[in-house]
Amino acid sequence: MTDNNAARAAILQRIRSANGEKQLQPAAEDWLQIPRNYNRAATHTKLDVQSLLMDRLIDYDAEVERISPLNLKATISRVLSDRNHPRMLVAKGFPKDLLPEDDCLYDDGFSPAELDLFDGILTSSTLAIAQTGTLILQNVSGQGRRASTLVPDFHLCILHSKDVVETVPEAMARLALSAHLPTTFVSGPSATADIEMTRVKGVHGPRFLHVILVED
Amino acid sequence: MSGTALDPRTASPFPMAAHAAVGNSQLRKNVRHATDVIQSKRARVVSEMPDWQALRESGKRIREHTMKYLDSYLLQFEENCGRAGGKVHWARDAAEARKIVVDLARQAIASTPGAANEVIKIKSMTTEEVHLNNEFEAAGIRPFETDLAELIIQLGHDQPSHIVVPALHKNRQQIREIFQREMNLPNLGESPQDLADAARKFLREKFLRVPVAISGANFLIAETGSVCGVESEGNGRMCLTLPNTLITLAGIDKVIPRFQDLEVFLQTLPRSATGERMNPYNSIWTGVHAGDGPQNFHIVLIDNGRTDVLADEEGRQTLHCIRCGACQNACPVYRQTGGHAYGSVYAGPIGAILTPQLQKMDYGESLPYASSLCGACYEVCPVKINIPEVLVHLRNRVVKKKTASVLGILASPEAIAMRAMAFIFLNERRFRAAQRLGRISDQAIAHKDGAGEQWISWLPGILGGWTQVRDLRAMPRQSFREWWEQRSSENNTARVKNDG
Repeated sequence: MTDNNAARAAILQRIRSANGEKQLQPAAEDWLQIPRNYNRAATHTKLDVQSLLMDRLIDYDAEVERISPLNLKATISRVLSDRNHPRMLVAKGFPKDLLPEDDCLYDDGFSPAELDLFDGILTSSTLAIAQTGTLILQNVSGQGRRASTLVPDFHLCILHSKDVVETVPEAMARLALSAHLPTTFVSGPSATADIEMTRVKGVHGPRFLHVILVED
Repeated sequence: MSGTALDPRTASPFPMAAHAAVGNSQLRKNVRHATDVIQSKRARVVSEMPDWQALRESGKRIREHTMKYLDSYLLQFEENCGRAGGKVHWARDAAEARKIVVDLARQAIASTPGAANEVIKIKSMTTEEVHLNNEFEAAGIRPFETDLAELIIQLGHDQPSHIVVPALHKNRQQIREIFQREMNLPNLGESPQDLADAARKFLREKFLRVPVAISGANFLIAETGSVCGVESEGNGRMCLTLPNTLITLAGIDKVIPRFQDLEVFLQTLPRSATGERMNPYNSIWTGVHAGDGPQNFHIVLIDNGRTDVLADEEGRQTLHCIRCGACQNACPVYRQTGGHAYGSVYAGPIGAILTPQLQKMDYGESLPYASSLCGACYEVCPVKINIPEVLVHLRNRVVKKKTASVLGILASPEAIAMRAMAFIFLNERRFRAAQRLGRISDQAIAHKDGAGEQWISWLPGILGGWTQVRDLRAMPRQSFREWWEQRSSENNTARVKNDG
């Protein structure tokens, strides 16, 4: 027996002896009996939920605006020009027809050091949770790999109103089928309170987060 | 404090360590400020959740359920993680875990052309528990802590004093001094922004270069084989996505049954830990994903005493802990002493019950007494661990262990006193005689206050521990029984008179 197998067998044996020989019902049945009396559904109208999300994002120092889908391309272009045309990386699969003319390159598996040369990253998003001000990104077309939304200092994120939920349980239910994908929850820009509990924005992740909420 | 690792096997007993800590007024000021801020933030975000108590109850029940089926959930996690390309290792104790992690890191470095002997690390109390950094250093590998607080600790040759905010005992001036010295930045400012910027620059170069990362885990999801880690700064995401090899060390208690169960803990953990509705970043990863993140993923599941905790019917709820640190912030003892006095990386109320149990009650036996049993820790615990109940249970275990033999009893004045008390209390005549004796002998040491009440300010011998910090009332001149008997006989006399 290898060391690993011996350790595995010993630990499992110790767990079983600690838990005793009691006959248990199947784990799945026991799990179903766990009470869940917390809120699991939305209690507000869709519009209120969107407003709540915007409030929460602003509370985290993110910038956020709500626009009609017709203005999406123009808005992306304006945000980038307001930021003085940063060198933008774009997640693979992000619609090409929404990109402005200049300064945009699709992520092509750049090395970490190469990623560090970009000023910003443009992606779409999977979901947002209003109650906690959270954006959820997964490795799918238009959102890309995790490193690309981390190394550049500015994240421009497109969110569609149909993807905004009110509560954490609603979000987890929607994510259940794609739970195996690399998934990142982003709640405002990177921050720390490690020094005298004073909140400092931007330690390692993007320091600037801009969310464009598109009304479907 | 010191550069020696926090180790319950060599630490001073809590009363001695605490005595030294409370003499450090800067430390007390820093700890009080930090815990005050987190507590008020926590109270605010908890009060906006009308279903908070339901979330706590569900959290508790999920953890209880998990422990009951722990073996099958670990196997399920192993299978699903393995299917997704992760490699699962098992470690019975700290030494085994250290060896596995360091060997894996060494192999990964060797197979990366041009890589230096370095690893980057995410803050992980489990790696602190097994003293992983010492082992890396002994193997000639330099571990870089990347969490800001852990970096402060590492560069300052210090030890963590809180589960969530490990450097809360340091203020900005102290941190500036460390950074000035260790990063060679003589002109560094002292605002938190300046200090965080310095850390960002110092670490970025390492994130982009070092090919091996070490992490802990917040949750292992049996159903999907996924790992979930929560953080604030983004150093975690850097470590989880940029290196080619990721080695995660996680206690066997970290498993949860299903992905859906995260909906409870992702609500209760951030609000309890840092007083945020959600912490800035949560990462969920499942084995290896082509083109995204490390292409080699190892996870080491460590026991290191956890199965001993599981075997104790009353103590096992300790394993429900999700490491939020709320009990530390709420504890009137921790708020005075800070974390180092507990002699373990797990400080505060949760440390007082976890540490001695992980040490099979061989060490840390003064910790269950490091509490006034006020119950503040239980109130704030997001999984409703009844810490006071476990503290009392462990005190009982400490006494039982100490007095398991005749020699043990003789060596313990407390045990002798308790036996003597039992002998006296069992018999009415002995009890009355003892009361009379006490009343006579305390006359020698009692004194009267302004109101004519009698007090004792000094007791002889081992009893002196009690009067060192408080006065004791002298025994009343008449016991209740004596008063009652006298009253009855007076009544009888009165009744006889009336009848006559």
